[in-house]
Amino acid sequence: MHVEAATLTKRDFHCTDEGGVMVTKLKINVNGLRHDVRAGLDTPLLYVLHNELHLHGPRFGCGLAQCGACSVLLDGKEIRSCVTPVAAIAGKRITTLEGLPALYAAQRGATGAAPALHPLQRAWIDLQVPHCGYCQNGMLIQAADLLTTTKNPSEEQIRTAMNGHLCRCGTYPRILTAIQKAASVMAAAS
Amino acid sequence: MTSVAHILTQRELSRRSFLRGGGSLVIGLGVTGIVARAGRTANDPSAASSAHTGAVPGPPDPTQIDSWLQVNPDNTVTLFQGWTELGQGTPTAVRMIAAEELGLSFEQVTAAQVDTNVSLSAFTVGSNSTATAMGATSLRGAAAGARTLLLDLASARLGVPVEKLSVSNGVVSGGGKSVKYADLAGGKSFNSTIAATNAVLIQPENYKLIGTRVPRFDIPDIVTGKLTYIHNVRVPGMLHGRVVRPRGQAALGQGASVLSIDKRSIAHIPNVQVVKKGNFVGVVAPLEWDAILAADALKVLWSSKPELPGDGNLESALRDPAKLQATNVAADTGDAESALAHAAKTVAASYFTAYQMHGALGPNCSIADVTPNGAVVLCASQGPYVLTRASVSAALGLPPTSVRIQIFQGSGTYGHSTYDDVSISAALMSQAVGKPVRVQFMRWDEHGWDQFGPAQATDVRAGIDAAGNIVGYEYTAFNHGWTQVVESAAELAGTPLPKAPGGQIDTVASGSFYAIPNRRVTSKVVNGYAGFLKGIWLRAPGAPQAVFASEQTIDALAHAAGMDPITFRIQNIDATQKNGVGRWIAVLNAVAAAAAWKPALSAAKLQSGNIVSGRGVAIGGFANSRPAVIADITVNKKAGVIKVDHLYAAQAAGTTVNLASVENQMMGCLVHGTSRALLEEVRFTRTRQTSLDWVTYPVLRFKDSPKVTTVVVQRLDQPPTGSGEPTTAAVPAAIANAFFDATGVRLYRMPMTPGVVRGALAA
Repeated sequence: MHVEAATLTKRDFHCTDEGGVMVTKLKINVNGLRHDVRAGLDTPLLYVLHNELHLHGPRFGCGLAQCGACSVLLDGKEIRSCVTPVAAIAGKRITTLEGLPALYAAQRGATGAAPALHPLQRAWIDLQVPHCGYCQNGMLIQAADLLTTTKNPSEEQIRTAMNGHLCRCGTYPRILTAIQKAASVMAAAS
Repeated sequence: MTSVAHILTQRELSRRSFLRGGGSLVIGLGVTGIVARAGRTANDPSAASSAHTGAVPGPPDPTQIDSWLQVNPDNTVTLFQGWTELGQGTPTAVRMIAAEELGLSFEQVTAAQVDTNVSLSAFTVGSNSTATAMGATSLRGAAAGARTLLLDLASARLGVPVEKLSVSNGVVSGGGKSVKYADLAGGKSFNSTIAATNAVLIQPENYKLIGTRVPRFDIPDIVTGKLTYIHNVRVPGMLHGRVVRPRGQAALGQGASVLSIDKRSIAHIPNVQVVKKGNFVGVVAPLEWDAILAADALKVLWSSKPELPGDGNLESALRDPAKLQATNVAADTGDAESALAHAAKTVAASYFTAYQMHGALGPNCSIADVTPNGAVVLCASQGPYVLTRASVSAALGLPPTSVRIQIFQGSGTYGHSTYDDVSISAALMSQAVGKPVRVQFMRWDEHGWDQFGPAQATDVRAGIDAAGNIVGYEYTAFNHGWTQVVESAAELAGTPLPKAPGGQIDTVASGSFYAIPNRRVTSKVVNGYAGFLKGIWLRAPGAPQAVFASEQTIDALAHAAGMDPITFRIQNIDATQKNGVGRWIAVLNAVAAAAAWKPALSAAKLQSGNIVSGRGVAIGGFANSRPAVIADITVNKKAGVIKVDHLYAAQAAGTTVNLASVENQMMGCLVHGTSRALLEEVRFTRTRQTSLDWVTYPVLRFKDSPKVTTVVVQRLDQPPTGSGEPTTAAVPAAIANAFFDATGVRLYRMPMTPGVVRGALAA
């Protein structure tokens, strides 16, 4: 992976050559906070989120953008953080699983403290969706993306939107129900 | 008794660490490498019982009540049980069992992190964890014993006879007075064996928790990113390691031989160390991404031998007489040959099931800190003592008691995936570099060095009399079974392989459900070292392969008899076997009711056109659990695509402790079973396995996931027989039988891919 330095804003990145190794100080916006991190520009975002910011929502599943365990929202759209170079998020907002409640509050225009749970997380608990839970980060992130753009998705729309996320435990049927439930809760609240 | 102030459950730990703001869990490893700190386990030198301090290698004595639990000052109870969370809710069920016997609410029972210096020894599998926990000499007995002793103390304290006392939420009441467990226990140990208490177990009619729906305690933390998976753990001074192996394993026993390593190939990556022991190669670096880049860039020349048959020749290799190790007759009743010669009608066919992988969605991960005196390994495992401590200590050349295993939740494994391979890898790298090393497998490591559900070729011949009774049954299976546990890291590092691996056969799923006077079951034990992949347990081990062949045979007999498949099965169910007739007929009736089954002859009215639909049934579980499955499918004949529209399952597994978890597990079995039935096949050339990611090993996706309906046939009067895997077994056969109903054609190969379907329809 190579990143054209020209695409980066000077404000966000400061590159230094330390002993022949290109180390970069970066400012990244994650869950509404700006963080100073140090990483190579080619480092996938996942490793910065996990090892520098110690966020545990996005997880390594394949490193190949095949399974979706690592998903985060980039300006509200689901991306695979395992193949997205940290340089590519310059000037953009990242939301992880941990940031979903605040995102929901912002989307509703609510002020004050964020709710403890996004309606999707509430539905996931009510329907006891996770088995091992490893993939559920990506499922929730993708569902949050879907419900932002499609208020009342059909079963077919849900299946299509979620098709790029793999689960080995067999939780798809309950995820489908949980998304439908969250959608109706969100519709009632809006 | 130990103060519990230091004993934190995983949930408490993760919540605390989250409250700290960082969300990270940092664990201190002791300077000696064998004592974990940071409040993971009780470490109170004044403790009356040494079992929970973490200072002494376990397992503690399971006959002692104190080994299992302690009463805390806040009137809660902490368990030191050894069952791990594999994504199946076992720890929730275990807490329910303890709470039931102790007269506590579910919330009053927590458990210490599973740790080989603290916990009982246990082996967590989907078929018997709760069965063991419900035993009178196990957790349930210990909890009942503790209740008995506490009631004796309460009786003396309150001056009220035991029989006039009652317990609610850990408060003993009687004669208008009450006292808490915590005040009775007074910080003391029980100092009693379970047996000495002569405890009477709570009877099913008095259950308050068992048999209800209790939400899993860990799910809120999972959906908010607060749960600490092993992948999230980090320790001070930790380095990141990655293994360097050929992409895809060779034949079992062939390993991989390093011809040369060119360290200049990673000179551009800073601070990387190369670790080599025998043919085990790894790289270690301070930054995770650097370790990944180095593992990718390191030039290693490997020898390779074309010892595998190639996936296209696997069935003939299994049937090759030159690779046969032994022929074992597993069951032989009456005279099957003669009965078949005189049967009114007979059916015969050969079946084949490919290797299938665990394919954990999160590649396995482990952190090891090895010093000359011992090792601490943080990991996920099914068997912390019997598997992980044993295999890691052997690989390090240390006595087992010098190795401490501490368990965190991992990705769902559904059998023995690479969880010990990765722990041994981390341990070997830590031993080499003298620092704690975290190793997370890459996707190709997890896929490429997994151990697989064994492939199987099966011949079945069976016959009925004129009244539709099964009179003869012959079943012959060719497989190498579980090739014992061969951890790749240990194998590569030079640990001697076990002697010739033996075959294993599922005698339960090969006709034993039915009353068959003349039945012969033969196991053709294939030599696993004669050019095969590693075989090991995978959800409902051995059963989907057997049921795929046997239940299609039964279905064919029903068709030959001109009978409805469920009516035929109920007529032939063995009424004499233990727990037999009641359970099988109960689940067949329950699943038929759930699916609104209308009795009919299969494939009686075949539909014209390209898109046709069908409905099929199969029974077949694992061990003593009894699931029945009905499949509704649609077939696109030109495309060769089977779409599973709806699966119905009923399962009788004795006492179902937590209905919520078991209904969830049955759903998981149905979806997982569909994936295995239609898609999953480990591919390989003559030299290497080639299914290395989710493109080369496709699994079921959201769009193709069936609707599911699950029914638990509850029998609180019977012991649990396992609920986390049995339903998987019946799924492929139910789908295949539905395919026959839709098309009048049988499918003999699993997975039932479009190629298999088109081939069968064209034949």
